[in-house]
Amino acid sequence: MNIKKILLYIFIGLTSILTLVPFIWMLSASFMADGKASVFPPIFFPDEFVFSQYETLFVRLSMARTFLNSLLLSFSVTVISLFFNSMAGFAFAKYRFIGKKKLFNLLLSSMIIPSQVTMLPLFLMLKSIGLINTYMAIIIPGLANIFGIFLIRQYILAIPDSLIEAAKIDGATDFQIYRKIILPLAIPILVTLAIFTFLGTWNDFLWPLIALTDDSMYTLPVALANLMGEHTKDPELMMAGSVLTIIPVIIVFLVLQKYYIKGIMMGSVKE
Amino acid sequence: MIKSAKNKFSTYSSSAAYIFLAPALSAIFVFFFIPVIAAFIISFTDFDIYALGDFSTVRWVGFSNYFKLFDDPLFWQALQNTFYFVIVTGPVSIAVSLTAALLLNSKLVKFKAIFRASYFMPVVTTLVAVAIVWRFIYHPKFGIMNYLLSLISISPIDWLGDPLWAMPAIMLMSVWKNFGYNMIIFIAGLQNIPEDLYEAADIEGASAWNQFRFITLPMLAPTTVFVSIITMIGYFQLFAEPYIMTQGGPLNKTLSIVQYMYQEGFRWWNMGYSAAIAFVLFFIIFVGTLIQFKLQKSDNT
Repeated sequence: MNIKKILLYIFIGLTSILTLVPFIWMLSASFMADGKASVFPPIFFPDEFVFSQYETLFVRLSMARTFLNSLLLSFSVTVISLFFNSMAGFAFAKYRFIGKKKLFNLLLSSMIIPSQVTMLPLFLMLKSIGLINTYMAIIIPGLANIFGIFLIRQYILAIPDSLIEAAKIDGATDFQIYRKIILPLAIPILVTLAIFTFLGTWNDFLWPLIALTDDSMYTLPVALANLMGEHTKDPELMMAGSVLTIIPVIIVFLVLQKYYIKGIMMGSVKE
Repeated sequence: MIKSAKNKFSTYSSSAAYIFLAPALSAIFVFFFIPVIAAFIISFTDFDIYALGDFSTVRWVGFSNYFKLFDDPLFWQALQNTFYFVIVTGPVSIAVSLTAALLLNSKLVKFKAIFRASYFMPVVTTLVAVAIVWRFIYHPKFGIMNYLLSLISISPIDWLGDPLWAMPAIMLMSVWKNFGYNMIIFIAGLQNIPEDLYEAADIEGASAWNQFRFITLPMLAPTTVFVSIITMIGYFQLFAEPYIMTQGGPLNKTLSIVQYMYQEGFRWWNMGYSAAIAFVLFFIIFVGTLIQFKLQKSDNT
């Protein structure tokens, strides 16, 4: 081992740990009794493990309901949008129809429009049909998304036409082709997009903050932000809430990171 | 006849294509395109809390919301804060991402997966949750930040309470949160650079720095443009960090455009005014993207 290599390892190792310090402190503080995290110098391992903060979250603050809201919404949006996006991606990849190129370019260029622009009218729209503060208020804007369609199209383009033609000759309908040939072959990109959508919905803040107005409907980020207002001086409780919020996304990421990272790389490939 | 044979599968089933497109495109049309157009129209009206109860009170006011913005010191403050944030955090993030990518791409390093996962961890975690964590990290008395600084004998700073430091504190947290994403894109870009370029440079005796300057950087240019654009678009939408960590304070020094839009629209229900703010944001992002494309083009010629 030469000196350059050792220095490199020290640098990478230190910066990796430094990146993780906020998580380590968060986890440790979440297992401390009230007031124990407000000490100088900060401690990164609790003297004694207590579960009282988590107890407060679940028993007194009914965070179980909030957790289930987040889970249910992220799951529904993921499943529905995967279905919608994959059909549209298939059509853009393998069919010819009038206005295809124009339509596709219109969609691509509208990706530059920040979603905040749509939020006021969307709120008014959903309010007028009584959907504000319901699960539908979160599901509806997530039904389909342009980035998802684009990602799936890129992937399906690489599936050879001959497979589709062969099925066509055997008398398969268009929907059977989609269901039996395209979907199974597109599983890697579907997994990738599922992770993106699940994490995106789980982590989303501004729209749920606008569209959900009642404690019982809140998702974790909204509930957490609300809790922060009342418990500015309770780092232990707030850290327990943060742990609860990010544990699921960290698990999803660690288990499926291969797909996630591939997706980022694919999304960055220019036409 | 010959033509239809060449067009294969694609020619004879366009009706199926429309059926496949219908669910996604109607959702995008109704819940994305129509709201964009509606927001544009609303920005020319005085839509407010009374209109919420009775749409007939809405009046057409032309450009007056936009003129009002021009005279609104709080809007200028939000604009200034957001530009400050984007101009500093954007390049710093990209530089950190590129450095991390170069480190992880180095042939000398093993266990890359572990290091990559730790660098990347902040990206996947919920912004609101980590913003809360950082709020305590910046605690003037008990926070880790001041503790680390005390080790090199720097006296405590009231990070989020000091108008001078609040924005830099948010910037630092944002770099930490986001650098992993661009790092992955840079790693992909680095892996696309042909190995023989470096081999040739080695034979010529080019230094590591010169190889970086004359091979790596130019070959990465398209990646860098892409990364700059998505980073800029994301950073102009700054919201949750100040909302959680400072509520826009102290002295409105961290109030962002989106936060101002949110306050005007959904706290005071000045929806016409809020829509105008949203369109200014859109316009800024649009111009920013155009400029970066132009810079890329002029670099190539």
